[in-house]
Amino acid sequence: MTGPEHRGILHYLRATQVWRSIFRHAFPDDPRNRALAILSNVFLHLHPIKVRKSGVRLSYTWCMGGLTFFIFLVETITGILLMFYYRPTAEFAYTDIVALREHVPLGVMRELHRWGAHAMVITVWLHMFRVFLTGSYKPPREFNWNIGVILLVCTLMLSFTGYLLPWDQLAMWAITVGSNMARATPLLGYEGQGQDLLDPLLGPGFEVVHDGSDARFALLAGRFVGEAAILRFYVLHCIFIPFIAVILMSVHFWRVRKDGGVSGPL
Amino acid sequence: MIEFPDAFKHAVNSVFTGTRGAITYLSLSVLVFAVFIRWRAFFTRTWVGVVALAAASFFLVASYPDHNFFEIAGKPDNVPIMGLIFLVGFFTWLAFRRMVENDRRVAGGRPTLEEEESRDKVLVWPDLVYIEFIALILCTVLFIAWSVGIGAPLEQPANFTKTPNPSKAPWYFLGLQEMLVYFDPWLAGVVFPGLIIVGLMAIPYFDPNPRGNGYYSFRERPFAIVVFCFGFIIMWVVLIVMGTFLRGPNWNFFGPYEYWDPHKLEPLLNVNLSEYFWVKGYPLSVGLPEGYLLREAPGFALLAAYFVLGPLVLARTFFRRMLEQMGMARYQVMCFLFLMMTLLPLKMTLRWSINLKYFIAIPEKFFNI
Ligand code: HEM
Repeated sequence: MTGPEHRGILHYLRATQVWRSIFRHAFPDDPRNRALAILSNVFLHLHPIKVRKSGVRLSYTWCMGGLTFFIFLVETITGILLMFYYRPTAEFAYTDIVALREHVPLGVMRELHRWGAHAMVITVWLHMFRVFLTGSYKPPREFNWNIGVILLVCTLMLSFTGYLLPWDQLAMWAITVGSNMARATPLLGYEGQGQDLLDPLLGPGFEVVHDGSDARFALLAGRFVGEAAILRFYVLHCIFIPFIAVILMSVHFWRVRKDGGVSGPL
Repeated sequence: MIEFPDAFKHAVNSVFTGTRGAITYLSLSVLVFAVFIRWRAFFTRTWVGVVALAAASFFLVASYPDHNFFEIAGKPDNVPIMGLIFLVGFFTWLAFRRMVENDRRVAGGRPTLEEEESRDKVLVWPDLVYIEFIALILCTVLFIAWSVGIGAPLEQPANFTKTPNPSKAPWYFLGLQEMLVYFDPWLAGVVFPGLIIVGLMAIPYFDPNPRGNGYYSFRERPFAIVVFCFGFIIMWVVLIVMGTFLRGPNWNFFGPYEYWDPHKLEPLLNVNLSEYFWVKGYPLSVGLPEGYLLREAPGFALLAAYFVLGPLVLARTFFRRMLEQMGMARYQVMCFLFLMMTLLPLKMTLRWSINLKYFIAIPEKFFNI
């Protein structure tokens, strides 16, 4: 098996029409094909072809942005699998989680999803920390830092909305404590300053902002953390915030490249 | 198994318990932070890092067998927060190590680590793609091991009639919940989080310093680094660690080996500024006036002085260069956010020293600061 015509199965595969229809380049072991490997792949072409050596140093970027994105993907996949088993109602939410634990053999999807969520919060903080310490928010990257801050808020809100879904004591009371703050929003919370400012508009005896119309009510779809809140958090958690986050991540990655790649000395 | 002797645990508990414990914990954190930054060249040496890591690991290993410690620190949901402590510690150490190295290089007229390396470019395939691929695999392995090893917890079904004690917000918001000890919800839960987001977004527009862009450096931007690290490490991570591990029933502060006794009582003897002024005789003792505007006038005056005179004084002292570089409008906004940030440590200190409850207390209008 030494002749040029017999060089192993991989070699044979690479010559097939199927392979060549997928990969539009030869084996990437020379600069031209290495460039093509990046350029001709929709996922890899998020990257430039060449980068500063300092930009790929682990001790420079800590890989935290990349890990955050990776964990986001893990959360998406495990989250979709969890959605098959979970119904967002007060009647079923808790028992569906119990059933998931009891009836799905070798199931670790819930674990992966929960530990991943904790980890993502940590990696996104460390990413921000690194970006700050290397001064990478300075021109021309100011705007991307701002996108990043919104992504940070998205990450926290993703975790916060997911916290409620198991519908156990921990979930319900953590969200109760968290959302109680909204009561005190100035103007918009029914225990906030100036919440009675608009009342005269409607005439005597009327209240514009009360516990059935204030900021907390909007968040929970109710006066307390109940059935309606589960549905609201479920939609926010599975559709709304991921939707926003994906759009912002696309902008974020695009801007990393447009701003000159991972930062380095000018 | 190694375990700390009881005498040691009792000693630690007696230092770190109650309000005094909280004061000690926070003051020590600030002290360690300041000492680390001041003598960063020493603390970022390899052997010092190894010793610190070994000491922290030993503390953990020798503490885990303790029943009370394990109850809290061994909770599945608290494991990542242990991880957070080590990760933040490690990466702070790493970043400062590179800052020290770069500062030395710059002082000696040599290029920084990053500058030296950015002369050559490398191909993304294979140099970056492989790093990403390996990181991805390691991360996957870690997650699977973690998930197989520790099951996701599930408590009793949600029940409106049984309020757990303590009731805690999700762990990443515990810094905000800690602020509730010192400020009302409208500040701790609404205004401060809003200002944190606004403040973070404004950072690039406040920092007039063009140096230190794209490499680690301390000497070229000491103020930016110290303020941000103080905000992130002390006012965020240290408060989260405290909220997770050391705040128990009724939000009392407990030592790491202390039993979380729901009946532990802490006397609350906090006094409003207006009472200090009108009743307690500093300077007059005439009794609280009727109308709240007059009653709270001392508080209004004090805070107005803080927010109006503060920027003026700073403009003539620490921030003089900044004012020149930024212009008045930006300087004022930056100063306001900065003074809001320092309001928390300030209020903490006043609470601990003179039991100050509120600067301004107008419960009639939900307006307490
Ligand atoms: C879901 C959250 C986020 C994801 C997935 C993400 C991802 C990334 C990635 C992959 C990079 C490339 C360089 C690196 O890995 O360090 C990057 C760069 C950057 N990120 Fe993020 N990021 C997120 C959140 C944030 C946050 C919270 C901030 C800041 C507040 C931020 C600010 C930046 C900036 C300014 C850059 C350019 C840095 C440079 O060129 O050195 N990002 N981000």
